[in-house]
Amino acid sequence: MNFSEVFKLSSLLCKFSPDGKYLVWSLEQPEWHCKIDEGSAGLVASCWSPDGRHILNTTEFHLRITVWSLCTKSVSYIKYPKACLQGITFTRDGRYMALAERRDCKDYVSIFVCSDWQLLRHFDTDTQDLTGIEWAPNGCVLAVWDSCLEYKILLYSLDGRLLSAYSAYEWSLGIKSVAWSPSSQFLAVGSYDGKVRILNHVTWKMITEFGHPATINNPKIVVYKEAEKSPQLGLGCLSFPPLGAGAGPLPSSESKYEIASVPVSLQTLKPVTDRANPKIGIGMLAFSPDSYFLATRNDNIPNAVWVWDIQKLRLFAVLEQLSPVRTFQWDPQQPRLAICTGGSRLYLWSPAGCMSVQVPGEGDFAVLSLCWHLSGDSMALLSKDHVCLCFLETEASVSTACRQLGGHT
Amino acid sequence: MGDWMTVTDRGLSSESKTISQYTSEIKMSPSSLYSQQVLCSSIPLSKNVHSFFSAFCTEDNIEQSISYLDQELTTFGFPSLYEESKGKETKRELNIVAVLNCMNELLVLQRKNLLAQENVETQNLKLGSDMDHLQSCYSKLKEQLETSRREMIGLQERDRQLQCKNRNLHQLLKNEKDEVQKLQNIIASRATQYNHDMKRKEREYNKLKERLHQLVMNKKDKKIAMDILNYVGRADGKRGSWRTGKTEARNEDEMYKILLNDYEYRQKQILMENAELKKVLQQMKKEMISLLSPQKKKPRERVDDSTGTVISDVEEDAGELSRESMWDLSCETVREQLTNSIRKQWRILKSHVEKLDNQVSKVHLEGFNDEDVISRQDHEQETEKLELEIQQCKEMIKTQQQLLQQQLATACDDDTTSLLRDCYLLEEKERLKEEWSLFKEQKKNFERERRSFTEAAIRLGLERKAFEEERASWLKQQFLNMTTFDHQNSENVKLFSAFSGSSDRDNLTVHSRQPQKKPHNVSNGSPVCMSKLTKSLPASPSTSDFCQTRSCVSEHSSINVLNMTPEEIKPNQVGGECTNQKWSVASRPGSQEGCYSGCSLTYTNSHVEKDDLP
Repeated sequence: MNFSEVFKLSSLLCKFSPDGKYLVWSLEQPEWHCKIDEGSAGLVASCWSPDGRHILNTTEFHLRITVWSLCTKSVSYIKYPKACLQGITFTRDGRYMALAERRDCKDYVSIFVCSDWQLLRHFDTDTQDLTGIEWAPNGCVLAVWDSCLEYKILLYSLDGRLLSAYSAYEWSLGIKSVAWSPSSQFLAVGSYDGKVRILNHVTWKMITEFGHPATINNPKIVVYKEAEKSPQLGLGCLSFPPLGAGAGPLPSSESKYEIASVPVSLQTLKPVTDRANPKIGIGMLAFSPDSYFLATRNDNIPNAVWVWDIQKLRLFAVLEQLSPVRTFQWDPQQPRLAICTGGSRLYLWSPAGCMSVQVPGEGDFAVLSLCWHLSGDSMALLSKDHVCLCFLETEASVSTACRQLGGHT
Repeated sequence: MGDWMTVTDRGLSSESKTISQYTSEIKMSPSSLYSQQVLCSSIPLSKNVHSFFSAFCTEDNIEQSISYLDQELTTFGFPSLYEESKGKETKRELNIVAVLNCMNELLVLQRKNLLAQENVETQNLKLGSDMDHLQSCYSKLKEQLETSRREMIGLQERDRQLQCKNRNLHQLLKNEKDEVQKLQNIIASRATQYNHDMKRKEREYNKLKERLHQLVMNKKDKKIAMDILNYVGRADGKRGSWRTGKTEARNEDEMYKILLNDYEYRQKQILMENAELKKVLQQMKKEMISLLSPQKKKPRERVDDSTGTVISDVEEDAGELSRESMWDLSCETVREQLTNSIRKQWRILKSHVEKLDNQVSKVHLEGFNDEDVISRQDHEQETEKLELEIQQCKEMIKTQQQLLQQQLATACDDDTTSLLRDCYLLEEKERLKEEWSLFKEQKKNFERERRSFTEAAIRLGLERKAFEEERASWLKQQFLNMTTFDHQNSENVKLFSAFSGSSDRDNLTVHSRQPQKKPHNVSNGSPVCMSKLTKSLPASPSTSDFCQTRSCVSEHSSINVLNMTPEEIKPNQVGGECTNQKWSVASRPGSQEGCYSGCSLTYTNSHVEKDDLP
């Protein structure tokens, strides 16, 4: 279990090994490094605080969270953290941290001040089994949602008051994913019934719901279908053509996008009903940085990415890839979406059009995940043991630099 | 009755039998014979007639037949055929008159009966046809009734079936609902069971965690440490602060501040949005009002109620507008007023549009009426024009607003701008003063010029007058020379009287002007003449020729004429003195004018002469 993580917030690079030892390296000052020994408890997860001066380690079995301060060398312990997917969330400005806890079969949320790790508020939540918490980008509202057995999402204000509770239906599997819009105006809730419900920040009531049907009939929606071009044009896989952000189908060496004419029927996956965590529902949600677009993925239709226009509250475009979509992420500066499907291609979509880029490298570079840089000029493409940095120039021509980051043991 | 025929065949032998038969039959059934008689009468007279007629009465049984007939007739109410019997034993004589009367009566009766029979027959026919018709109707109706009954039965059957189905479906629905409810209950119960189990397991798990934690912690106490090599201090070089109550309070404060900022920001946004929306609503309202109000001018506006309400609404809303704009509050009442008024206006507008639609549809139905309805194209053109106008106006307004804002912006900047403005004002003031002074100068100049002109005009007038007088005297001389003395005398007297008379009158007008010294002595006569002359000048064009011809002549004599002294012209001094008189006029603008005046004078003279001469 060797991890290497690249952080952009702080200038520190760290990795840890399973036996509890922790090594922290600094990128800025190479001489500085520290070693943290957690003890025999073992570590399950680790995360940085927003100011980069603290490390929060979650021990095995979620016994406790240890807060190590790199500056003051002090240690704080937080007991009873909740073992859930998204138990820790920091506000965007890094002032407060919300932590989900569970004591005596009841869920609680603690709000800490990040500067001195003082407990600000501690309140219980009306959930059966809290699965996730997330701050709104304006740092004043905390969204808390229940596990998929019950559709319930609660909204708390910064001082711990319950602002509102929303539940769309009972008994069926509930919330799968939640995303705040960057302007804090909308809260998108994706659920197992294949719908995304948008709540507004004034009344916390649903303003619209987006369905994800398997056939698209509306001619106003642009459907991009990735299609294999005739392979082996003799250019080799190292060539990557300079691509302009022109209209729809732009050829790459191996695949291109075609605009499919309406009505379009998408490839669906029939879910296995007798297994837990079925592959249905809205598994991924992301808002564009200007809150104009929302990108979703319906796990029923794993090859497609749906882009919704939030201004007009309707479907804008659908991209169907050849293989299932792994991740997508919006450019932090402009409405540009980067998608990767686990192949060796990177896909970019913007309202002007979309294109597919072949990632150069020796052999096949399987892009497993990607991460944009804050400035929106470059992004990191991660494969199993390689990192590729992709630079986007202003003329939207893409050049990539591949860097191999060998795995240290 | 067929025996009647056989009787006729048998002839005479069976006559008595027949008669007795006849009579006996008569006694028994008079009506049948009567009807027989009737029936037989309708049969056209044919070969049976003779036999018929001969069958009853032959030469042998005349008496019997007469008695029989008499019996019959008397029974019917006719008078007896026999004459009045004188005695019982004597044979009664046949009363021919009675017979004839009876015959006539019978004929009349016969005719009546025939008519009646015809009527009855026609009626019978009619009734028969009616009957047929009714029967056919009846049969049709019966058929219809049958079919409708059958239909009804069919429908009833269907209705019954549908109701059955409906009931079944309801039942199914109820069953399904019950099932759903049951399943939900089952789910609920299972959920609680699972929760309970989960909680139990969780507690167990927590216990295990605690135990493990204890075990782990007990083993290593000292090894948990952080080894920092090459320690990096904090950015600002301070050490970390302890956690105290003060810091807690500070944290609380910060948190509340953040929350409040967020709320304030949101509220501001919402207020701005509200204000914009209210503006839009108000504008809409105004536009709607303006749209609706010109409708009341059209005479063919049919709905008077709406116009009445529009007018009242306009007044109301004008008041409301002013109120709202003054206050610009966001309180409940104002908001409600605004929304209510907008709703009202919208309803009126909607009804108006519906009416227009109806009118349009009516027009389409009735045909194109040029008077009432504007053609669609014209309408569209007009709307386009109006839209263009509106756009232009809007752009103008925008530019004006921008300019205004610029001005205001520049004005609101500093004191310097206000000073500048003052400077500008001073400049303007000075400029105005200069202009004013200029203007005054000009005015003075104008006044002077005017005065001089008037003086000149007066002088001119006087000169003219003088010249005219000279001319007159010169002409007089001429005439005196030409004509006899008596004539001249009378003419001169008349002339002078005319001159003097007029001079007295017009002297006043001359004096009303600015008097001048030099022509003063001439004022008695000449200006008067001038005014007269000038009046009489445009009368006829011939004077110009006359004047021209005389001009050359007068040039010579002008000096002589002008040299006449005024005192010498007196009504008393007539004749030779006049001729020798010479005017003395000091200022003479020009010989031309003098000639002119002379010419005009001559003209008057000629006129006067004409008047005098009979």
